[in-house]
Amino acid sequence: MQRQALRTWLFLAPAGAWFLCMLVLPLIVVFVYSFGERGAAGGYAPAFTFDNFLNLGSRWAAFKNTLILAPLGTLICLLIAYPLAYFLALKTSPRWRTVLLILVIVPFWTSILIRSYAWIYLLGGQGIPALLNALGLGNPRLINTPFAVLVGIVYGYLPLMVFPIYVALERLDKRLLEASSDLGSPPWRSFLQVTLPLSMPGVATGCMLVFILLMGEFLIPAMLGGGKVFFIGNALVDLFLQSRNWPFGSAVAVALVLVMLITVLAYMRFTRRWAGGRDDVSLM
Amino acid sequence: MRLYALAVYLFLYIPIGVIALFSFNAGRHAAQFQGFSTQWYGKALSNPFVMDALQTSLTVALASALLATLFGTMAALALQSVRGRVRMAFDALIYIAVMVPGIVIGIATLIALVTLFGWLNPLIEALWPLAGKAPQLSLGYGSLIAAHGLFTMALVIIIVRARMAGMDRSLIEASADLGATPWGTFRQVTLPQIFPGILAGFLLAFTFSFDDFIIAFFVAGSQTTLPVYVFSSIRRGVTPEINAIGTMVLAVSLVMLIAAQAILQRGRKAA
Repeated sequence: MQRQALRTWLFLAPAGAWFLCMLVLPLIVVFVYSFGERGAAGGYAPAFTFDNFLNLGSRWAAFKNTLILAPLGTLICLLIAYPLAYFLALKTSPRWRTVLLILVIVPFWTSILIRSYAWIYLLGGQGIPALLNALGLGNPRLINTPFAVLVGIVYGYLPLMVFPIYVALERLDKRLLEASSDLGSPPWRSFLQVTLPLSMPGVATGCMLVFILLMGEFLIPAMLGGGKVFFIGNALVDLFLQSRNWPFGSAVAVALVLVMLITVLAYMRFTRRWAGGRDDVSLM
Repeated sequence: MRLYALAVYLFLYIPIGVIALFSFNAGRHAAQFQGFSTQWYGKALSNPFVMDALQTSLTVALASALLATLFGTMAALALQSVRGRVRMAFDALIYIAVMVPGIVIGIATLIALVTLFGWLNPLIEALWPLAGKAPQLSLGYGSLIAAHGLFTMALVIIIVRARMAGMDRSLIEASADLGATPWGTFRQVTLPQIFPGILAGFLLAFTFSFDDFIIAFFVAGSQTTLPVYVFSSIRRGVTPEINAIGTMVLAVSLVMLIAAQAILQRGRKAA
């Protein structure tokens, strides 16, 4: 028994040390620095002040953009993903289902950088606008607009929304639908009263995952927003790599993590209320 | 319904297809396809900056994925027999590692390491016993591997544990009843069953590290990974060479993913 315990600890030690050094300590450093002052040559000077947090308003534009476009992007993802998840879970033969599911999830695991780059190509002057122009539909400017950022967001995060909704719908007891139809409900009513409520845990999981990942997004606004549509992530890059104001940057990072934490807690309350909701989602 | 699904799949795959198509464009022009050519691949592969970045990316991905798979699998195995606070602490750490956005991880790692090096480097200088210049710690391969490995280790733990949850426990008991040593049981019963999970975890870890931009952007120091190179080139303008590099990056991830998926599916059937 002694040896077993020793082995367990030895097996846990490297992972534990790694988590401690590369996750816990750095996060503590960010937290501590957020109360500091900017050094004369940038970086950090020890202090204890709330100025950085009181100053968050000076980056209000980034918070505003994020808090508008992240929920909006989440909503659009949901609206596009739900019918697809429904189709995959209830309208496909099991043989095709696996292949179709893999086809949804594969783009999510490939480079988001290259996928956003593809949209620079498509939305840029010689892409879709040129095509519309040739068709006589005007020549709208698409790249470097909030629209372009939304397209990139939906493109990047759609798979993450489809998967949990699919899992919820797939687990749904099909006999309930039969019962509903036997009792005389038209299909739309069965959907509204049986399918939709029972898929809510999946919807909540998908929305939570997409929303919190969007909150920390940097790449899509940087590539498709052209400096005009910037998120909190872009403010962070600016603060750490350009103006080298570590304490203020740390305060922005702490605020970002707090908003995400509130989202996760709200999600947990929501799923607990939805009794029987299961939220164990794996992405593979 | 089918048409709708088709439209969504087209939305998901057309942009990738366009990049791949135009990487074979003979002309420089971004919007017109002027004939088939592999010249941009040749250009990309003979560009020393690209090859340097590729080498860095591959080294970091391989090293971080190997370490993450080894330590992650060990932790997943040990966590089976752990309850109470330690278990809760590990669950929380895995959750945090996955949930905290890459940008915050990148920033936190950057300022923590720069601060640490700021303390350690003068110390090394003072204590260096040999003549000549003391080595200095700086951001680079080490910080890239450590930061990528953190996230991917959490990923490996999740995948291997999911795999163990689906394992047939009666086999382990049977093996013990038949007099096998714990190591024998592990090697002959447990390992074959969780191996697909370990391999899939490794492939996903490799893919994540190879594709990661945001963490590398902060902790790469003087090194350049391929995504960091691509990002800075895009800022200077879109060229067909980037299409070729992008297509190759996508191809690498696709091969890894298909392999991981095939291994997991086959494992599922065998179990």
